[in-house]
Amino acid sequence: MQAVASFKRWLFRLYGPEAAPIRLSQRRVYVLPTRAGLAFAASLVLMLTGAINYNLSLGYALIFLLAGLGLVTLLHTFRNLVHLEISPGRVEPVFAGDNAGFGLQLHNRRGQSRFALELKLDGGETQACDLAAEATTLVSLPLLARRRGWLRPGRVTLETRYPLCLVRAWSYVEPDMRCLVYPKPEASAPPLPLAANGENGGPRGGRGSEDFSGLRSHQPADSPRHVAWKAVAREQILLTKQFAGASAAQVWLDWNALPQGLDVEARLSRLTRWLIDAHSRGLAYGLRLPGRQLALGQGAQHFQECLEALALHGL
Amino acid sequence: MASKPAPPLTRTQELWLLACAVLTLVPAIQPAPPWLAAALILALTWRAWLWWRRATLPPRWLLNLLVVAGSVGVFLTYRHLFGKDPGIALLILFLALKLLEMRRPRDGLAVIFLCYFLLLTHFLNAQGMEVAGLALAALVVITSALASLAHAGSGVLAQLRLAVLMLAQALPFMLVLFLLFPRVQGPLWGMPVDAYSGMTGLSESMSPGDISRLIQSGEIAFRVRFEGQIPPQPSLYWRGPVLGNFDGRSWRASLAREKVGLPDTATSQPVGYEITLEPHNKTWLFALEIPASLPAGASLSREYLIQARAPVRSRLRYAMQSSPGAGHDPGESAVSLRRYLSLPPNNPRTQALAQQWRREATDPEAVIRRMLEHFRQESFFYTLTPPLLGENSIDEFLFGTRRGFCEHYASAFTFALRAAGIPARVVTGYQGGQRNPVDGYLIVRQSDAHAWAEAWLEGRGWVRVDPTAAIAPSRIEAGLASAMPASEALPFMVRADFSWLRQLRFRWEAVGNAWNQWVLGYDPQRQREVLSRLGMREPDWQAMAAAMATLCGLLLLALTAWALRKRIRLDPTQRAWNRLSRKLGRIGLARRPWEGPADYARRVAQARPELAQSIQAIAGLYVDLRYGKLNGDAPSQRLRGLVSGLDIAVSK
Repeated sequence: MQAVASFKRWLFRLYGPEAAPIRLSQRRVYVLPTRAGLAFAASLVLMLTGAINYNLSLGYALIFLLAGLGLVTLLHTFRNLVHLEISPGRVEPVFAGDNAGFGLQLHNRRGQSRFALELKLDGGETQACDLAAEATTLVSLPLLARRRGWLRPGRVTLETRYPLCLVRAWSYVEPDMRCLVYPKPEASAPPLPLAANGENGGPRGGRGSEDFSGLRSHQPADSPRHVAWKAVAREQILLTKQFAGASAAQVWLDWNALPQGLDVEARLSRLTRWLIDAHSRGLAYGLRLPGRQLALGQGAQHFQECLEALALHGL
Repeated sequence: MASKPAPPLTRTQELWLLACAVLTLVPAIQPAPPWLAAALILALTWRAWLWWRRATLPPRWLLNLLVVAGSVGVFLTYRHLFGKDPGIALLILFLALKLLEMRRPRDGLAVIFLCYFLLLTHFLNAQGMEVAGLALAALVVITSALASLAHAGSGVLAQLRLAVLMLAQALPFMLVLFLLFPRVQGPLWGMPVDAYSGMTGLSESMSPGDISRLIQSGEIAFRVRFEGQIPPQPSLYWRGPVLGNFDGRSWRASLAREKVGLPDTATSQPVGYEITLEPHNKTWLFALEIPASLPAGASLSREYLIQARAPVRSRLRYAMQSSPGAGHDPGESAVSLRRYLSLPPNNPRTQALAQQWRREATDPEAVIRRMLEHFRQESFFYTLTPPLLGENSIDEFLFGTRRGFCEHYASAFTFALRAAGIPARVVTGYQGGQRNPVDGYLIVRQSDAHAWAEAWLEGRGWVRVDPTAAIAPSRIEAGLASAMPASEALPFMVRADFSWLRQLRFRWEAVGNAWNQWVLGYDPQRQREVLSRLGMREPDWQAMAAAMATLCGLLLLALTAWALRKRIRLDPTQRAWNRLSRKLGRIGLARRPWEGPADYARRVAQARPELAQSIQAIAGLYVDLRYGKLNGDAPSQRLRGLVSGLDIAVSK
């Protein structure tokens, strides 16, 4: 099994992640007849015996034309794939158990369209697309994210049977990309440990949404409803209105405060659940992991940092 | 492979597949047995209706039932399931039923492969140019259907265009393979008995009306290419079956098939020619009288009929030599001569008249002269539509109707000769022929079918006597048309009027002949001929295979070059802009991929202040051309001028 795998890696020139853009050179596009193509060839042989037996000159002509068609198909299929350029596109982090979407950008640098391109990750579903002349398209390849951490897409199979289904041209690429997989949030976790860890939920300094208390520079995570449009018109930069409110509470999500019986993954899973809850309730939260602490904070960026810390814990 | 099931066929795909089936099945309707033809039309109509109404296909059990019923029907029709005709019938059946369970692309592929097979079987019946044209049209549609199966998304026109393009690219491969694929003379195994039927031509017997029926056909019997001049029309007697047995109404060929050597024809100059014989499913080969050579594998019967080893079932080409002036071998045994005197006891008036003439004449030749004189002087008519004759056909003809065609005259004449004690027989064959001015071939049609008599004269052997020449000499000298009264309805091809139509037909037939000679007649022998003329010294199969592989490889290489050609054609504006970057790259100021025109110009201007003005102008113009309202050739040309006019001092 190991030998077969390494033979395949040698045969198909797979030497690990490749730098973008990956261009499918002639040497790495392979062509072989499909099952339909083999049936086609077998039919031709059968027809040829018939033509010889009955001395059908036109039969010879027909069979030879079809044989020529088979050869031409070989080239057309090859051409449909060769010189395609692939570069990695966006990859959004996902939670374990969800489908990761590996975005791939396909560039067609040729003056002719390419049709019926099929892309697939090992273990993923096939995505088909057409590509107009000198166009670029984005394909997202789904792959089930089973475990937290970095998920590499591995080998991408690009293949096409265009134009006649008789021949399959394919190529393998390994784009250099990875997807961050967060731990799977625990399905039925205990409620947020507000009561236990909640430190003084007083009104000082906390940010809420009731009373306007000033302006600060805009952050992408801020709600558009809070953009100070009048100030924007004046200052030419985006500013966010800040409000003082009483509802902002703080919560520490502490690894060590979890019950002793839980294993690492269960702990991470529960912390993830709490993190999501805290974020969606607009709390200020901090994260304490063995050997790492993330200070109290709020906003999308803080949320992502915490999730990333959970995802990569111990890896 | 993804494990999800294949999507159902789209309506366009279904329509393409239906079109394939119709195009390949319609030519199969006529030769199929009537019940199958009816079932086929029904199935096609049903399927088209289902498509139209978007109705669901019939259940599988019904189709299984139909397969079984159809197969039983085929078996009952032919009494077996193997061989040509039952095979075709089964193919038709399967294709028609496959259409009714066509759901997924897999079924579509099955339909397409069945269509290919059916297309091949059409050639069993006919291989004319029109058949080839129809097959090519069907092939375009089938290939389009295949393209639609591979990519349902593209439009019908795009699929059609792709099919035509791919077939056009396949054409050179076809030519190479056709020319060089080492040909094998079939059959590879024994032919089923039903392979050939329904061919027209002369037969081993002749009854009144047989030949006049045959000449209604404008079909070509054979074509002749003479090495030199075509001999004069009256000497063009193409010898066919010799009929020696008479039962009072029909003449039949004798069953004895004794072989003899070639006659001594040293006295006269032989004529060389090559005959391309259309298949007639009989063993005899036609040749000018008297044959001076024999085609390979053929033999000569005592009656000077050339016999092939097997019935002629495909177009046959053979070289011949004949000596039109030579006489028969004078030797003939008394036993066989007695056979040529036997008469049935009927037609008493003719017998009496002949015996009277024999008594009055001094020698047999005088009797023959007297008989011909009789035909010439009495009011005999040469006609294609003679009245029907009864039991004593010859009496009725000679003393009653007196209207007949060559078969009547030859029959009556031979009968009378025998009654007069002169051994005689009827010879059938063709007389004359038409020279095609386009390619110089002599075309002999079924309408040139003829019958004449041969009489045995002591010391001279068999002598040809053609009574038709006495009644209608122009038939022999100028062909049938001139011998017929104007009121007779003649077969189209022998009529003298419509000369332009005939010219057209000559042209068409010359093309047809070229087709026959070079496409259909491209057999192992002709292949060797052609290849050695093309310069191949030893065209054996190894050499052919090597040449074939080489040429196909070269073609594939050329096609690969076409496929991989780079056609990234940037517009002139973009090219000029890229050129600027390359030019500035020499001083380390190439544009960075993410840099916009304004940023780039700013950076260059900062690095090289002396270029600031021109670089700003170029960038401004480029921005206007690319993103502004400016377009057209003139500003783009100005941009190119500015870029090439940019003078960069490299050393600084």
